[in-house]
Amino acid sequence: MTESSKFTRREIIGGVTMALLPPLAGAAEVPSPVATLESEDMIVTLQVNNHVHRLPLDPRATLLDTLRERLSLFGTKKGCDHGQCGACTVHVGGRRVLSCLMLAKQAEGKAITTIEGIAGEDGSLHAVQQAFLDHDALQCGYCTPGQIMSAIACISEGHAGSPETIREYMSGNLCRCGAYAGIVAAIQQAAT
Amino acid sequence: MRPIRHLTPASAEEAIHSLATAPGKPRLLAGGTTLIDLMKLDVEQPDLLIDITRLPDLREIHTEGDALLFGALVHMSDVADHPVIKRDYPVLSEALWRGASQQLRNMATLGGNLLQRTRCAYFRDTQFPCNKRVPGSGCAALEGINRGHALLGTSSQCIATYPGDWAVALIAMDAAVDTLSPRGIRRIPVAELHRQPGNTPQIDHALAPDEMIIRTRVPASPLGKASTYLKIRDRESYAFALTSAAVALSMEGDRVREARIALGGVATVPWRAQKAEQSLIGKTLDEAAARHAGALAFEGAQARPQNQFRLPLGINTVVQALMIAKRRA
Repeated sequence: MTESSKFTRREIIGGVTMALLPPLAGAAEVPSPVATLESEDMIVTLQVNNHVHRLPLDPRATLLDTLRERLSLFGTKKGCDHGQCGACTVHVGGRRVLSCLMLAKQAEGKAITTIEGIAGEDGSLHAVQQAFLDHDALQCGYCTPGQIMSAIACISEGHAGSPETIREYMSGNLCRCGAYAGIVAAIQQAAT
Repeated sequence: MRPIRHLTPASAEEAIHSLATAPGKPRLLAGGTTLIDLMKLDVEQPDLLIDITRLPDLREIHTEGDALLFGALVHMSDVADHPVIKRDYPVLSEALWRGASQQLRNMATLGGNLLQRTRCAYFRDTQFPCNKRVPGSGCAALEGINRGHALLGTSSQCIATYPGDWAVALIAMDAAVDTLSPRGIRRIPVAELHRQPGNTPQIDHALAPDEMIIRTRVPASPLGKASTYLKIRDRESYAFALTSAAVALSMEGDRVREARIALGGVATVPWRAQKAEQSLIGKTLDEAAARHAGALAFEGAQARPQNQFRLPLGINTVVQALMIAKRRA
């Protein structure tokens, strides 16, 4: 592994952006985009990908923002943040849900699985991940973590028996690149 | 999102007590698929969320006896996939799996589903006047983009569509909800749960501020088998209804013994079309009779230039739903 590959894309982009920004006069106190001061924090214990985290959280914190901003699990994507696109799909208590519309507090005590938690311990890909590669089931990739989490559940629910059923039960995951044909083929492969 | 406090009551009674006595603006939180969304938009502004998702009960599904019972915290996906419901009450199963996405159906509860708020874009955007959101501020939809707005049950104050499917299927099956408040338990027919806007569009439903739905009750009925929920949308899945029809039939040979017809996506409330039902009784259910019933179902509809296409579409939806139900009789 090369030295540079230890940096994530996010860190590189963030670093470049900060370097390009001119210093603002009196900008030492830039307001945080995540308001945390007005509501009283509560301690929330989350079990994510078999790791337990005890976090002081604003009661408003969604599961999505907590995964990304507090646990640095950036695989789960924020698309619309209003429950319309499916990019934030994770499993809570064995079911696929939208982490943008669930408060972190509501996931307490339940097993949470994100895209980071589905590969084997040896790094081997999950069958659905491999199927997405085999069928080119993505283009830009932004919706892909949500698609894969949704697809794993779609198969385990028994809703992957035909292309029509797959399309119906995957309809909550939008792909603006239009990789749907590959996604359906990938799920069919992984389901058999 | 505005600051909130979060409360986890141990029982429904405790939840109701908090709802009745907490100062400020307490709200019950269940699946959150409406409430959290609208809080992010600043349309809903509670300062206390009473999280009822940890309550130990309200999760029963009973399909035996003289009524189906669904606890208020049962998830949409559980009933959509329930083998007895799929076999004996397809109208209920279809209304659920044709709503939202599987992720949302795994979150949303049957109690919360009934009380979901309109999807009117002007209601959801605080930059626009909206009598439902800010009484007396006006209605931006009247002269705005109202392609998806209601044809039935409108007023000069509000033409927002009731977006749900489940309630439409429930009124076709004469369902009721049991509610809990500090005054005890009472039963409300689902057909009387939602309020037409009239001069008070800010009032969506008949529940008191300290009252919660604890279960839904559907009278067991042989009409369930010959039933369907047909939903017509801009895309085939994961969209709100342009028009929908919940239909259930009891047939005697070719003739209709009893018919139930309810409309979704076209009215300010779940809309039962009793005159259309009556028109079918004793008749042979052919296309002409179905079309006559469909026209009666939309009697009194007030169409606007952008949404008038949904009038013939709605009539066709009723016709097709009746034919599907007839094949199941």
